[in-house]
Amino acid sequence: MGLAKRIIPCLDVTNGRVVKGVNFVALQDAGDPVEISRRYNEEGADELTFLDITASSDNRNLILHIIEEVAAQVFIPLTVGGGVRHVDDVRRLLNAGADKVSINTSAVMNPQLVADAADQYGAQCIVVAIDAKQVGGTSAESMKWEVFTHGGRKSTGLDVIEWAKKMQLLGAGEILLTSMDRDGTRKGFNLPLTRAVSDALDIPVIASGGVGDLNHLAEGVLQGHADAVLAASIFHYGEYTVRQAKEYMRKQGIEVRL
Amino acid sequence: MADIAIIDYGMGNLHSVSKAFEYVAPTASIIVTSDPDEVRKATRVVFPGQGAMPNCMKEMDARGLRDAVVDSALNKPFLGICIGLQMLFEKSEEGDVKGLGVLPGQVRRFPNSSMIDAGGQKLKVPHMGWNQVCQSNNHPMWKGIANDERFYFVHSYFVDTADQTTVSAQSTYSFPFVCAVARNNIFAVQFHPEKSDAAGLTLLKNFVQWQPIFNC
Repeated sequence: MGLAKRIIPCLDVTNGRVVKGVNFVALQDAGDPVEISRRYNEEGADELTFLDITASSDNRNLILHIIEEVAAQVFIPLTVGGGVRHVDDVRRLLNAGADKVSINTSAVMNPQLVADAADQYGAQCIVVAIDAKQVGGTSAESMKWEVFTHGGRKSTGLDVIEWAKKMQLLGAGEILLTSMDRDGTRKGFNLPLTRAVSDALDIPVIASGGVGDLNHLAEGVLQGHADAVLAASIFHYGEYTVRQAKEYMRKQGIEVRL
Repeated sequence: MADIAIIDYGMGNLHSVSKAFEYVAPTASIIVTSDPDEVRKATRVVFPGQGAMPNCMKEMDARGLRDAVVDSALNKPFLGICIGLQMLFEKSEEGDVKGLGVLPGQVRRFPNSSMIDAGGQKLKVPHMGWNQVCQSNNHPMWKGIANDERFYFVHSYFVDTADQTTVSAQSTYSFPFVCAVARNNIFAVQFHPEKSDAAGLTLLKNFVQWQPIFNC
């Protein structure tokens, strides 16, 4: 017995509402963030992640109000990402009630931001989010993944494993790894990617992108070596509860908090 | 005079701690303060902490809080959380820094490269997530909390206490380590009760009601 593998429902938030799209497009409304957070907490979610995908900076502050409201009634760790560009953005989110802040595009544009934020607030609250796309061949030896930014639209030329190691060195406390090839497809995590990154790092890795059923979550841990698994749509539309997911994982021999 | 003073020395995020206390003690007066006088006047003191211990010690001293913290730890209900637990000890491997020396022992780092779980998989550092807390005694702070209940942890260092009689709970991460200590009016935990859902809230509520017995 020991540390449990975590299940983390993810809420993509825009203009104050939770939405879900396929490959980052075709967004559908999935509900009120505070109400959904409370429900996931009651079902036994281990943490919650909010990704603010609001396009316009005018509505950026909406996420702060949502986090304030959730933090006053839900007492599990809250991670918030999206549009974090400066150490000041990290501070505002933490002050609103976030426990961890996730940095994605800005880490690529300015890696020093990760170092500065970790220095100031501690590595435990800095998550680096990596959006990965497969670029190499399909055989085990030739498989390679590249870091993409701006919601998966811009290539960077960076190798995912090298980049993740660099982020660990600069002070990231955790990596949120999303397969852009799988995100929204419901075909399951990219397991070779997840395993390669998790095995290469000393810090925890959260697998993300592609969950369509409960077995995918278990695979992420058992085959992908993920420390935590993140999913959105299977929980939002009431297909499965977080509790069902945990019961399933326990049956597969995975230690969970139930 | 506040019922509960949460000590703010500029490190990390105290929002969660104060929100959780507001939730379990809606009628109590709760302050987040860096004023040593407010700390001295409060009935109960909470000493949280996040980030690196050397920075925490430096920032605490920069605000002139050291004496008020040590005094509180010796004479009123005192709850240390995370780095607030570690700072009570004599010394930390993190930056080779001295702590407050209120409790005997050292703070050590998890040796991550050599740690594996029962299935042979590598254990990550920080130790992050929900782990079981095995209670060593019947302390009033554990009232209403099942033995082996899970709490939320996030840390790379742990306390290696020199006085086994102060151990109130242990967790296991590759090996057993002390995750709660108790002595007289001090109760201090490595995990984050403010982020540990119902069990964590119960522990905070117990702190609000706790009347320590002094043995010394």
